[in-house]
Amino acid sequence: MEKNGFYSMRTSALRKLKTTMSKIETKNLDLFYGSFHALLDINLEVEEKMITALIGPSGCGKSTLLRALNRMNDLIEGVRITGEVCVDGKNIYEHGTDLIGLRKKVGMVFQRPNPFPLSIFDNIAYGPRIHGIKNRGELEGIVQKALSDVMLWDVLKDKLDRFALNLSIEQQQRLCIARLSAITPEIVLMDEPCSALDPMATQRIEELMFELKKNYTIVIVTHNMQQAARVSDKTGFMLLGKLVEYGDTKQVFTTPHEKQTEEYITGRYG
Amino acid sequence: MKPQTKQKIAFTCLGLAAVVVIIPVIVIFVILIDKGISAINWQFLSTMPRMGMRAGGIYPAIMGTVYLVSGTILVALPLGVLAAIYLVEYAKRNWWTRMIEIAIVNLAGVPSVVYGLFGMGFFVIFFKFGASILAGSLTLAIMILPVIITASKEALMSVPHSFREASLALGVSKWQTIRCVVLPNALPGILTGTILGISRAAGETAPILFTVAAFYLPRLPKSIFDQCMALPYHLYVLSTQVPNVKESLQYGTALVLVGMIFLLNLVAIIIRSHMRSKKQW
Ligand SMILES: Nc1ncnc2c1ncn2[C@@H]1O[C@H](COP(=O)(O)OP(=O)(O)O)[C@@H](O)[C@H]1O
Ligand SMILES: [Mg+2]
Repeated sequence: MEKNGFYSMRTSALRKLKTTMSKIETKNLDLFYGSFHALLDINLEVEEKMITALIGPSGCGKSTLLRALNRMNDLIEGVRITGEVCVDGKNIYEHGTDLIGLRKKVGMVFQRPNPFPLSIFDNIAYGPRIHGIKNRGELEGIVQKALSDVMLWDVLKDKLDRFALNLSIEQQQRLCIARLSAITPEIVLMDEPCSALDPMATQRIEELMFELKKNYTIVIVTHNMQQAARVSDKTGFMLLGKLVEYGDTKQVFTTPHEKQTEEYITGRYG
Repeated sequence: MKPQTKQKIAFTCLGLAAVVVIIPVIVIFVILIDKGISAINWQFLSTMPRMGMRAGGIYPAIMGTVYLVSGTILVALPLGVLAAIYLVEYAKRNWWTRMIEIAIVNLAGVPSVVYGLFGMGFFVIFFKFGASILAGSLTLAIMILPVIITASKEALMSVPHSFREASLALGVSKWQTIRCVVLPNALPGILTGTILGISRAAGETAPILFTVAAFYLPRLPKSIFDQCMALPYHLYVLSTQVPNVKESLQYGTALVLVGMIFLLNLVAIIIRSHMRSKKQW
């Protein structure tokens, strides 16, 4: 009796310890597009205020896994998911999950920059406005902070009413990150955020990610191995819907445990 | 035959086809203006018909058409846009949705006189609205619903998926995303389609024949339960039912009707070109 009580106390303490350690945890996550089995038994732990990279050949399910973390796959008809994704210890696929709250907390940056066809100001103010902030002064403060976060404030402070789609691609992507930071998420999911950018712009976005890491937990999908090696603390290697290997970036790139990982990072899959 | 010769022949044929298309338009306008312009003056546009429609103006017919068109927009625009939003944003791809889409396509092919008979049976008799602006507007609205739904669907579908994703990923609900991102970007397309539908409604005779149009009613309607005159029906009456009408009166009426429709279409064209110059995705 007493032993049992002690045991359960210990496990709950353990569980607590664990949830404070990992911001996101997937448990036996399987995903089907219709009859196509796109994710197989994924168990991934993402730690707070770190950059976690997902690498793997195109079509292996990186985007699918990323989109499972804020339930963006719900938009696609015929998707079926089993298993759990816990954010801060709470399963987001549980019935009755507040999707709006979830996505405010777990934001997403897409492969192609997708600003709205509005002014720079209105792009950033879009989220805060819908979430109830009407006061102009307050919005101005938010816009300034968000643009400063992505190091665009000095460049754009006099051009806030310009049309956002006239910015360079790099600035558009930064704007999208700023738009997200304006609603102060805790986790930022990035799906190949640099694939539309040139090498210099890519480097600057990577520097930005180091800055963002101080405040956000970042999960980035990339098919660029060098990028993963440069920016991330943890790396997961995926192949055909499976998470083949997951560990510290250094370890994955220097002493991979799995043969397939080694083959991939030495360039045998291309 | 040499390929170049073949090409030349093909180009000539295509060019001729294009000319054949615009000839009737030009001829219609020239004849209408030639024979009708003399009838048109302020008095013609602003006074009641007199002497059994053989003299005086066409004011009640113009106003009747304006009322009918307004009523039609009021009913058809919200209904059509809501239906399109449902079909594009919410409906699952299943047999029920297919059924609705097939019904819309078929509605678009129903002859206008059938709408007229339907309107009489359904609105005038069954709902006891009588021959009235209400019954006429509802009938016209149902007739142009397929046009508005189809145009709105296309406008909604042309809004890039990435805008929706961006909005949803910011924790914005689906309905707010539709209201704040999708609809504003689809609006020009929706309006263009609506105006084209409306301009069709403005010119139709058959749907209003049994549901609202008055043969000769030299005063304005007082409520939506009154009958009214309307330009297309007035033109039909002048041309076939009243003996000894001055030709210029008939052509003048036709010119006013065609002019109104032309103006509506012009607005649609302006909106569309404006939208094209602004659209950058
Ligand atoms: N909407 C979808 N419907 C059906 N299959 C899909 C869909 N999206 C992706 N897939 C399939 O799932 C697999 C993983 O896709 P994805 O996650 O986009 O890969 P990655 O991002 O690693 O390139 C691919 O085989 C792809 O064809
Ligand atoms: Mg991808």
